[in-house]
Amino acid sequence: MTHRSPALTAFMTKEVRHILRDRQTLTILLLLPLAMVVLFGFALRNDVNDIRIVFVDPAPDYATTALRDRFLGNGRFEWVATAPAAADVEQFFRRGNADVAVVFEQGFAGRLAAGTPARILVVSDASDPNTGSRMQAYAIAVIASYQAELGAAGRGVRIVPETRMRFNPTLESVNLFVPGLIALVLTLVTALMTAISLSREKERGTLEILLVSPLRPWQIIVGKVLPYLLLAFANVITALLAAWIIFRVPFRGSITLLLLASMLYAMVGLALGVFIAARTSSQRAAMLGALTGTMLPSTLLSGMIFPIASLPGWLQPVTFAIPARWFIIIARGIMLKGVGLAYLWQPIVVLAVMLVFLMLLAIRSFKPRLA
Amino acid sequence: MTLAIDVHELTRRFGNFTAVDSITFHVEEGEVFGFLGANGAGKTTAIKMLIGLLAPTSGRASVAGYDVLTQAEEVRRHIGYMSQRFSLYDDLTVRENITLYGGIYGLTDTQIRERGDALIRDLRLGKTADERVSALPLGWKQKLAFSVAILHQPAVVFLDEPTGGVDPITRRQFWEMIYAAAARGTTVFVTTHYLDEAEYCDRVSIMVDGRIAAMGTPEELKREHRVATLDELFVRLARPDATAGTAADHSSASGYE
Repeated sequence: MTHRSPALTAFMTKEVRHILRDRQTLTILLLLPLAMVVLFGFALRNDVNDIRIVFVDPAPDYATTALRDRFLGNGRFEWVATAPAAADVEQFFRRGNADVAVVFEQGFAGRLAAGTPARILVVSDASDPNTGSRMQAYAIAVIASYQAELGAAGRGVRIVPETRMRFNPTLESVNLFVPGLIALVLTLVTALMTAISLSREKERGTLEILLVSPLRPWQIIVGKVLPYLLLAFANVITALLAAWIIFRVPFRGSITLLLLASMLYAMVGLALGVFIAARTSSQRAAMLGALTGTMLPSTLLSGMIFPIASLPGWLQPVTFAIPARWFIIIARGIMLKGVGLAYLWQPIVVLAVMLVFLMLLAIRSFKPRLA
Repeated sequence: MTLAIDVHELTRRFGNFTAVDSITFHVEEGEVFGFLGANGAGKTTAIKMLIGLLAPTSGRASVAGYDVLTQAEEVRRHIGYMSQRFSLYDDLTVRENITLYGGIYGLTDTQIRERGDALIRDLRLGKTADERVSALPLGWKQKLAFSVAILHQPAVVFLDEPTGGVDPITRRQFWEMIYAAAARGTTVFVTTHYLDEAEYCDRVSIMVDGRIAAMGTPEELKREHRVATLDELFVRLARPDATAGTAADHSSASGYE
């Protein structure tokens, strides 16, 4: 490398020195993933705890008792009352004394034993629809796990709550956040930092000197972004370790694939950063551009916090253009579902296409001749 | 004798505005050429075309024997450039800046070390060589920037207002460095607002509204236009409506910012 392109090596050495010299920024960048995992994990988790529950059990038997115990042993539910009739539930909700009501059918155990459908009605307070559906899902998860136990014991079972939570049975939202967090941290160190660092050269006039030098535009871009790619790599590792050590977030798939995908996503971010720097004339503008152009959409339109399905119809197609959306699909797939390339090639190809497109755009915008 | 810079009917338009209007001139090897003109006269546009940052609308130009349009890469390899703004990196040390630019211009490690040592010795930067450039006074920074711009011993060096904001003593030292470089064979193409500095040049040209209004040695120009100083000539050419009285009010060292 030294022999082939001393100019590029010299330029990259300088970039590394810039990064290492600015200790404060470097420290913040290195600790960022840790801080974010902790903050998001604890403060922003969507989990709902202390759900106040009312049971309606007109004819208690061994099955209803066992199921009630499951609810209370789960840790999320807090017992309020056990009422004899479904009509009583209404007043608990109206007074705001309950969040969820679980209504058992009469002769529940008998029906289970006979193999006929035993019905449970789960009613949840949906005045906040997000919380409501989440509580509902927790309740169904409890019922499903009881049903699974009975099934395993070889009895004919007909409680049929439909659940789509196969991959995340405990609904730990921190699991869902971590892939999004990695995307966010990567966007920050790649898009934001390159945009700032490149626009600084532009603002101070050193870029002009570089463009007049024998360095080619691609060498300037590569030299600029490669050191940040290393930093991004360190960040992914930190985020994964923090998630695993603090929150025991599972890791089911190939770590190599995830790291490769992360680097692909990081390069997309770097190309975006270069593009933003090329289109803005000051550091401040570049920073604001990077924040609104990459950080905001990566947080809000990527499915990281708000499910894409819950966005308004006209906004959903916009998410296709957000690189983070595709990276989150890949990262969740690898980490939580343990799937590989066979399932994830589509979002990977999308990111690769975005990368090629943005790189061409970035190099074009850095043509030394400004004609 | 080959020409260091050869410009023929070079023109650059931005929309309807003609920034550089068919200028023709040449600079010989080893010459110190002063490129003068008021702000907005088209100097910067002309320089940008010569160093390959801007494509000409028409006309042609060659620098160090290479065509600026078709051999831009060779041109870049053979020129040095010091812009109006500070060209070095504040957060790197003197030595790191030297290593960076030496590397970019393809010098070997040995060359970088030897020339770097010589540079540090000549500028008497010994003690500060491993300190950040931001700690140096402005005059030192400019001298260092010039030395770094000619570290790879280019055929031609372009200096765009190199002495802006520098004290008179440092300016004098700076010009001694320019002469030393020219004596070693480097052609110096310099723009300045200080008309006393223009008197130090072998030849000068004065640009007005995109055209070259006067060109020659300082002596020739003064004789031809019957003026005592270049300053007087400059004001007469750049502001034809200005009276001789106001021109005389300008001290010869004043800038026209």
